[in-house]
Amino acid sequence: MSQRSSHRFDATQLAARDGITAVMAQLRAQGLPDRAAGDVELALAEVVNNVVEHGYAGAPGGEVRVDADLTGARLELRVVDTGRPLPGGHLPPCRTVDLDRPPAELPEGGFGWGLIYSLTDTLRYDRKGVCNTLSMRFFLDGTGREKVRAGRCAPQTAP
Amino acid sequence: MQLTSVQRGDASIVTVKADRIDAAVAIQFKERMRSETEDGPERVILNLSEVSFIDSSGLGAIVAAMKQLGTERRLDLAGLSPMVDKVFRLTRMDTVFTLFPSLDDAMAELEG
Repeated sequence: MSQRSSHRFDATQLAARDGITAVMAQLRAQGLPDRAAGDVELALAEVVNNVVEHGYAGAPGGEVRVDADLTGARLELRVVDTGRPLPGGHLPPCRTVDLDRPPAELPEGGFGWGLIYSLTDTLRYDRKGVCNTLSMRFFLDGTGREKVRAGRCAPQTAP
Repeated sequence: MQLTSVQRGDASIVTVKADRIDAAVAIQFKERMRSETEDGPERVILNLSEVSFIDSSGLGAIVAAMKQLGTERRLDLAGLSPMVDKVFRLTRMDTVFTLFPSLDDAMAELEG
């Protein structure tokens, strides 16, 4: 059985937090297992934060829509916005952040996409007209791949 | 975003009184950490036992809080929930910080 839901919220950090919390509450009510919920929430938060911070980059009036489709052991989330496209019009390459440097020079950002790649089973980006759609799939029974790969990028397929 | 601090032995223990350190509070967290740790012992233990969710912005704010302490002081992390611990491992930040399962474990190292 497929369970669909859709949530809309303003592209601000506070509204994004409430929106993400609402999506997660809905998914848990629909039976998303607790052991998967942490990964899903983090991946969703990273994608939505990217949209708020870079896609709209503080421009007022932006909106984010999250469509969720939970079917048995598979969850698909689509994050839709009308902000700027991803640089180059495609997903960034999966890079690990260089931590081999003195503490004073450690990076304070740049971790988002690495987390998104690590936590999702498939990832796909489409730009149509003024709409960006970032689609993520999670195979909840763990058949997708080994999820914990510290500092490495998981292999991705985008069907 | 509320932080409380107590001094115990040779360490300052800063406890995060919030269940999320995310993009919405990351800057505020960094600023509050600056005022909580402006002076005080060389060792600061950040007690995260009430935090159930952290994202990359929150992680960056913890890195910033560590850098604010300068080279003569250190920031250790204690009481990480499984989700918070996972964020540190996935980003390999577990190689930068010393992570303790609980505040007691962090204090035991201090006393031992």
